[in-house]
Amino acid sequence: MTEELETPFYDSAQQKNVWLTELIETLKYKDLILHLIRRDITSRYKRSILGVAWTMINPLGMMVILTIIFSQVFNSVDGYASYILSGLLMWNFFSQSTVAGIQSIVWGGDLFRRIYVPRSLFAISAIGTGIVNFLISLIPYLIVTMIDGYYPTIHFPFILIPLVLLSFFSLGLALIIASLGVRFPDIVEVYNNIGLTAWMYLTPIIYPLDVLPDWLLSLMKFNPMFHFIKLFRDALYFGEPFYPQLLAICTGLALGTFLLGWIIFSRMTDEIAYHS
Amino acid sequence: MKSPTTLNFDETVIGIEHASVRYFVPREHVGSFKEYAIRKIQRRIFNDEFLALNDVSFEVKKGEIFGIIGANGAGKSTLLKLVARIMRPSSGRVWVKGRVAPLLAMGAGFHPELSGRENVFLNGTLLGYSQQQMRARFDSIVEFAELQDFIDAPIRTYSSGMQARLGFAVATDQKPDILIVDEALAVGDTAFQKKSLDRIREYQKNGTTTLFVSHGMGEVEATCNRAAWLHHGQLMFIGDAKEAVARYLKR
Repeated sequence: MTEELETPFYDSAQQKNVWLTELIETLKYKDLILHLIRRDITSRYKRSILGVAWTMINPLGMMVILTIIFSQVFNSVDGYASYILSGLLMWNFFSQSTVAGIQSIVWGGDLFRRIYVPRSLFAISAIGTGIVNFLISLIPYLIVTMIDGYYPTIHFPFILIPLVLLSFFSLGLALIIASLGVRFPDIVEVYNNIGLTAWMYLTPIIYPLDVLPDWLLSLMKFNPMFHFIKLFRDALYFGEPFYPQLLAICTGLALGTFLLGWIIFSRMTDEIAYHS
Repeated sequence: MKSPTTLNFDETVIGIEHASVRYFVPREHVGSFKEYAIRKIQRRIFNDEFLALNDVSFEVKKGEIFGIIGANGAGKSTLLKLVARIMRPSSGRVWVKGRVAPLLAMGAGFHPELSGRENVFLNGTLLGYSQQQMRARFDSIVEFAELQDFIDAPIRTYSSGMQARLGFAVATDQKPDILIVDEALAVGDTAFQKKSLDRIREYQKNGTTTLFVSHGMGEVEATCNRAAWLHHGQLMFIGDAKEAVARYLKR
């Protein structure tokens, strides 16, 4: 064997720059991320007949229901089905990956009792699983929009930018809530149920922006998801280039939330072992 | 090439200095943040302190087979968790030099729906190996576990013995500097038990340090050089394994 020439050294007293230590450890375990993603995806679908197709069927089903119910109410929107679906894809990615990320840390119990692994890795791989599911669900989206008569523009590949930004935002948020949730599991419950539902209805996903009254519209800028959804839709639904200002806001939100989450979490990570 | 290690027990590889593990057990359950905040302001947060380990200090030398004995709840597993890095001590210091193979993590993360092959990679990367290292080791792991014919079947179709064999093979494929053993040292059927024990003996001969928790006093006396006796989180005795066992049984 040629590798592992240097002897690793662990010292529990080394507690300076915990955020950096966590980052270095996470990079060391980077190959594990892919295996965890693969485990999540294969284990979810292995015993079902339709398998991965469920990832495409779920948002389509929601879209059909919402279109039937709301297309009369919001008849001002062109291609309402594509409008809803573009919002739902992003929202599903955001809600599923944060919920799964929090879950894996707060209830990751058995594994954490038996082995040392940088714990942020489980949140990262949950986001990774979300990305894979999102990319798969783009297929039915493209089909629906083409039936609606819209074709993807040259701006379509740029959806990768909001996808990456929203991933960092989701990871940061998941780490913050998980850090709190280790001590107060109630917070996780509030987020998973009331929090996400309220947030979804406060974000223009199934309704067009212009149905909102002015006072609510002026508050929208404080909703981070409003900006991310807009950035996504510019590339995905409207097929337009990004506004630099919007791109800057989203980048700021993503990096700020990620850094905050990472720092809080790396300070809390030792405590997880005492609670699980 | 490294020269064969001579066992002179000179070099310290595990250092435990005044380590304590303190759990706060809330006297009443405060589940919600709101309740916690109110009580905090009213200064009505009461915690019972539970010391799983109380100011434990000792050193383990390179190549030693070191036993840890004591009744249930004495803090043996907690001590292993400190060395395996699963927990950080509440106070004091723990340092470990070398690559640790925790047999407590045998088969960690195994997923029943994945194949044996996928689980080997998952388990190996959980233990900190890279994809490339696992690819290089895969054949020897499967060969040692004697599961060549079943490696692409989902692991839920394996018997528990087969799963344990695979877990052991991954955890011990490469000679570790430090081996952490919690009770289950021998796995599988009689033939495989002999094979796994032989492998561990071989590693020990070549300088692997072993931290060994057991309730089998005969086993501790027979295999360990030194032993520590823990009682309610406190170190009662450390030294010759036979004497440690004798004191523990006489308590």
